[in-house]
Amino acid sequence: MSDWQVKYKSTVKDRGARGILKLREGMLLFVPNDPNSDSKLKVLTPNIKSQKYTKEGSNKPPWLNLTNKQARSHIFEFENYQDMHACRALITKALAKCEEEPNKPAAVLTSAEQLSIADLELRFKVLRENSELQRLHKEFVETKVLTEDEFWATRKKLLGKDSIRKSKQQVGLKSMMVSGIKPSTDGRTNRVTFNLTSEIIFQIFAEKPAVRQAFINYVPSKMTEKDFWTKYFRAEYLYSTKNTAVAAAEAAEDEELAVFLKPDEILAQEARQKIRRVDPTLDMEADQGDDYTHLMDHGIQRDGTMDVVEPQNGQFRRSLLQDLNRHAAVVLEGRNIDVDSEDTRSVAEALARVKQVSKADGETTKDANQERLARMSRVAEMEDLQAPQNFPLAPLSIKDPRDYFESQQGNVVNEPRGAGTLKRNVHEAYGSLKESILEIRTKGLSDPLIKPEVAFEVFRSLTQTISTAKNIIGKNPRESFLDRLPKSTRDEVLHHWTSIQELLKHFWSSYPITTTYLHTKAGKLKDAMSNSYSQLEAMKESVQSELRHQLSLLVRPMQQALDAAFQHYDADLQRRAAKSARGSAGEANGHWNYNKGVIIV
Amino acid sequence: MATVASKLYSDDVSLLVLLLDTNPLFWSNTSTTFSQFLSHVLAFLNAVLGLNQLNQVVVIATGYCSCDYIYDSSLTLSGNSESGRTGMPALFASLLEKLEDFIVKDEELIKEQEHDERIASSLLSGSLSMALCYIQRVFRSGHLHPQPRILCLQGSPDGPEQYVAVMNSIFSAQRLMVPIDSCYIGTQNSAFLQQASYITSGVHHAPKQLDGLFQFLTTIFATDLHTRSFVQLPKPVGVDFRASCFCHKKTIDMGYVCSVCLSIFCEHHKKCSTCGSVFGQSKLDGASTVSEKKRKAPDS
Repeated sequence: MSDWQVKYKSTVKDRGARGILKLREGMLLFVPNDPNSDSKLKVLTPNIKSQKYTKEGSNKPPWLNLTNKQARSHIFEFENYQDMHACRALITKALAKCEEEPNKPAAVLTSAEQLSIADLELRFKVLRENSELQRLHKEFVETKVLTEDEFWATRKKLLGKDSIRKSKQQVGLKSMMVSGIKPSTDGRTNRVTFNLTSEIIFQIFAEKPAVRQAFINYVPSKMTEKDFWTKYFRAEYLYSTKNTAVAAAEAAEDEELAVFLKPDEILAQEARQKIRRVDPTLDMEADQGDDYTHLMDHGIQRDGTMDVVEPQNGQFRRSLLQDLNRHAAVVLEGRNIDVDSEDTRSVAEALARVKQVSKADGETTKDANQERLARMSRVAEMEDLQAPQNFPLAPLSIKDPRDYFESQQGNVVNEPRGAGTLKRNVHEAYGSLKESILEIRTKGLSDPLIKPEVAFEVFRSLTQTISTAKNIIGKNPRESFLDRLPKSTRDEVLHHWTSIQELLKHFWSSYPITTTYLHTKAGKLKDAMSNSYSQLEAMKESVQSELRHQLSLLVRPMQQALDAAFQHYDADLQRRAAKSARGSAGEANGHWNYNKGVIIV
Repeated sequence: MATVASKLYSDDVSLLVLLLDTNPLFWSNTSTTFSQFLSHVLAFLNAVLGLNQLNQVVVIATGYCSCDYIYDSSLTLSGNSESGRTGMPALFASLLEKLEDFIVKDEELIKEQEHDERIASSLLSGSLSMALCYIQRVFRSGHLHPQPRILCLQGSPDGPEQYVAVMNSIFSAQRLMVPIDSCYIGTQNSAFLQQASYITSGVHHAPKQLDGLFQFLTTIFATDLHTRSFVQLPKPVGVDFRASCFCHKKTIDMGYVCSVCLSIFCEHHKKCSTCGSVFGQSKLDGASTVSEKKRKAPDS
């Protein structure tokens, strides 16, 4: 873009060579005036790490010092400061542009996602742990047969295990009941202090919808939050003192307090609705027991003592059973809102909203009721009162098994023999048999039963048979041939096996070839496979003669698989060549309608 | 009585079921006579009974067209009136008597049959089935029983018409975990016996010299199942796995197999005779019709 007359020095002390500095797209060129000097320089702009320059005000000549990534510095002495500043500005601009570009080419090259540092680390870790995998990786990825992405594409399971921890664990509710939290009492000043956290507030709102409703109604219109909670805890305290008379008295004077002391109307209503909705023949979602606010209990208070109470104050009494059941129901439901804020009001509103939604879902319309009743009547049918149903029957076909056996006998084909001669032979044979038996009965066992030379011969031949069989098959029937190979050969065979599998996997997955990328990939894989093939041959030659046969048997399936792959590759290549030849010929003849589906061989 | 028996029961108590080949057509053609053969076998049985007090031996004769139990060591009574007459040990007098009766019966049966145009094979499938039935009864007699094994002394060639039945018995023996040992004394190879011993993990041997048969029997086939884990017995290097086709009973190397029931046929059938499944068109026929269709299309 611009040229300047400069003097180029490699160090400060250098005298400098005169020449022309050219700034072009992506690089800096310095051409010395003296063609014989060898200080020609070409610096690519991405390589420039930093630039320094001498200030105008100082007595120094205008120098621009460029350091590249290899920490070499180039000093250019300009004719005046203007030139130097212009050059510097241009270099800065070029550098800025350079930084943007690396992102784009990377995105083009890797069609997969950008590798983050974490991913790379994970890959290295997996490779380090599995030496087999490392060997494969070294063999293929580093010789550019496979790319990194292809290598890891089938191994996502190995990588994915540690990295996916996106789902955070959902925290449930505490099993401890809120009412179990005892306040701290100060005997001296007669004050009772309750501690209130947002967790406790959430639980209170979830368990006691009446309190929640009261909060929404009263705060901040009628009283502040602090007052609300003070009143609430006063009610709790009154309960804990088991003094129902006092409770009744206070309830009479303070209507807000009364809300906390009375049984929870909202809960009772919800329970009633749930029971109404239930289909008694089918649905055990809820039953009478869900209405635990009206359960008959034993009058056991929260701390286990029994209580006898006057009937008019009955409504101010709560029992352990009701509290426990309600708490358990809430804990099992879990956290059904996501509001995590400290603001009590928003928590209350969110809970109320959720309850509204579930109530709307649960409300049954008239039609739904009708349908439910109809279904109930259908299900409650009694089978013996039904009319007899005549299902269409399929006839059984049971074959006589004797047919099978007889048919087997009937198809015997043999050379025909003269029946007469056979009978005669048979009779003779039987006759001789009977004679033999008679002979042995009279004479007894032959004596000596067996000659010693014969016995010795038998022993010898048996020993020979067993020892030769041992050589061929191996001492231990469970020992495989692999153990008898020398260790290096064995490792080599096993490694060949895994690498051939890997190559074949990638080879077969790249068919059918639709893009040039797949074409080059197949070509590269084929070269690697021919390499493997020749290595297998070499290995077979190198092994000892007595193991050679077994080794070739072992290696044969690998070679067969490779042969099949080569065959396919060649056939495909031929087909493409023929198709392209035909295609070009077809284009020349205009009337030929070249349709891929109708290829006449 | 039971406690005494349990004390004496050691690992190597065995029940040997011997399948004796009494095919007259075979014995009339061999160099060794039947009496010599019998003496070797009887001495061997004596030896087996002598190895352990609780050993049992059962002998089943495999005839030309029938089989029968000849001898059961647990049933014979000691003391026989015939012992003084012959040089035969008393133990086997009843065996020989029953054998003679069996041969007579077998002869009668062959007279009744019109003509038998088959290879002179003995009824191996029948005797194998009888042996397995006996063994099954022993298994059900209680948990204190000897370890059974079957020894097949065969000389006659295989009858391919018995292929299915023999294979079924072999698989039953495998299921029961009863090894089938086989000693083949004939001239040709017996594929059935090799397969039987291979599948049930028994021992197969074909001795060449028949005058040393006793030595062969006592060295190889007298070992009980417990001892076999530490005694080296001869192993055949290869097994002849050829099957016979289900339609003609010919021994074949390559054929058609029904994919439903795995029955083997030597030629293409429309329907499987065992399971009744209909076979589709074979690939060779199909390819020709498709190419016919293709040739027609451009013309139209």
